[in-house]
Amino acid sequence: MHAIVIDDSSAMRMILRRIVSQFGFEVAEASNGREALEVLAASDTVPDVALVDWNMPEMNGLEFIQAVRADDRYSKLTLLMVTTESEQSQIVRALAAGAHEYLIKPFTPDAVAEKLELLGLTTAGV
Amino acid sequence: MSISVTDFNFVTDLVRRESAIVLQPGKEYLVEARLAPLAKAAGMAKVGDFVRQVSLERDRKQCWAIVEALTTNETSWFRDASVYEGFRTELLPKLKAARRMHQPLRIWSAAASTGQEAYSLAMMLIDELEPGRRYEIVGTDISGDVLEQARAGRYSQLEMNRGLPARHLVRFFQRRGVHWEVTPELRRDVTFRELNLAAPFIGLPRFDVIFMRNVLIYFDQETKRSILRRVRQVMASDGWLILGTAETTRGIDDEYELVRMAGLSAYRLHSGASLPTRRG
Repeated sequence: MHAIVIDDSSAMRMILRRIVSQFGFEVAEASNGREALEVLAASDTVPDVALVDWNMPEMNGLEFIQAVRADDRYSKLTLLMVTTESEQSQIVRALAAGAHEYLIKPFTPDAVAEKLELLGLTTAGV
Repeated sequence: MSISVTDFNFVTDLVRRESAIVLQPGKEYLVEARLAPLAKAAGMAKVGDFVRQVSLERDRKQCWAIVEALTTNETSWFRDASVYEGFRTELLPKLKAARRMHQPLRIWSAAASTGQEAYSLAMMLIDELEPGRRYEIVGTDISGDVLEQARAGRYSQLEMNRGLPARHLVRFFQRRGVHWEVTPELRRDVTFRELNLAAPFIGLPRFDVIFMRNVLIYFDQETKRSILRRVRQVMASDGWLILGTAETTRGIDDEYELVRMAGLSAYRLHSGASLPTRRG
């Protein structure tokens, strides 16, 4: 299983990498949406899941999700938005753009695990 | 005695690094309370000694155990997803076929805590039941404090993050400052009341499904037997009992029969099993 963590905070990338790798994922990283698209294009394998921050320079998470949803190569990529944006209207926007799930920062490791289970990416439970 | 500043700082740094959760000064009591079982398991009487050992050895497993102990809230939405999926795909169709439209489906969440199980079931039933079909969910717990929150239906962001699908958050909750509150639609058919499972069940209706998960494990064998006997009194003759994965009726009450279904193991009464008389 492969994951990509997209966040402009290196500390947050490290936290998410540690949590996700516990479930056996190989984890790639990118610091914004544009860089993530480059990582995806350069890779032979489409990750199973992308954990996507919203507010990032160059290309934000919402724009990344829209770009990915418009590209057939990534039709099987599951998108989990992980962000401080907590307004209901923002959650609706992200889901409408194509995010499969949404997790609001701050979060516990269990919360990430439960979202992965909810998305059918793990079966172990927590 | 509270743990030292150095030990507290080690724990807060560890938790912040691993989970992004910030434990403010003043939470020493929380660290003490949550880490006491870990210290005991490691053979140490004092939490401070345990923390110092972990800080010296940096044992990965122990570090993670500390993070989990300080961030885990056992009550989450749709906890054990396969149980809900099994309820939806296996039990619900059976119940719908067996009950007339005007008969409400009655469900008991027997260790309701702060209400996540009861409201999760309500969300599922709103999605799954045909228009006109009613349901009633009763959540009970021994603690009045947790039921107060359950009745209020107010949850922090951290609580909302625990397993709640985003589409349900958007549909069934409203933002109230830093909290989220259940909508009137979700609250309408869910009630909560205090109940000690070890004491007589007074005033409960007969239920079609009883969720009594991860609670029997806290009782001794005789109390388990007493609870399971009284559960039979409030369970429909064709009703279902759902226990936690580590729990069983086997060897305790043989009036129950285990039925394994996709994703779910549930108990029903042996056909022809006589209902016990109400003795409390």
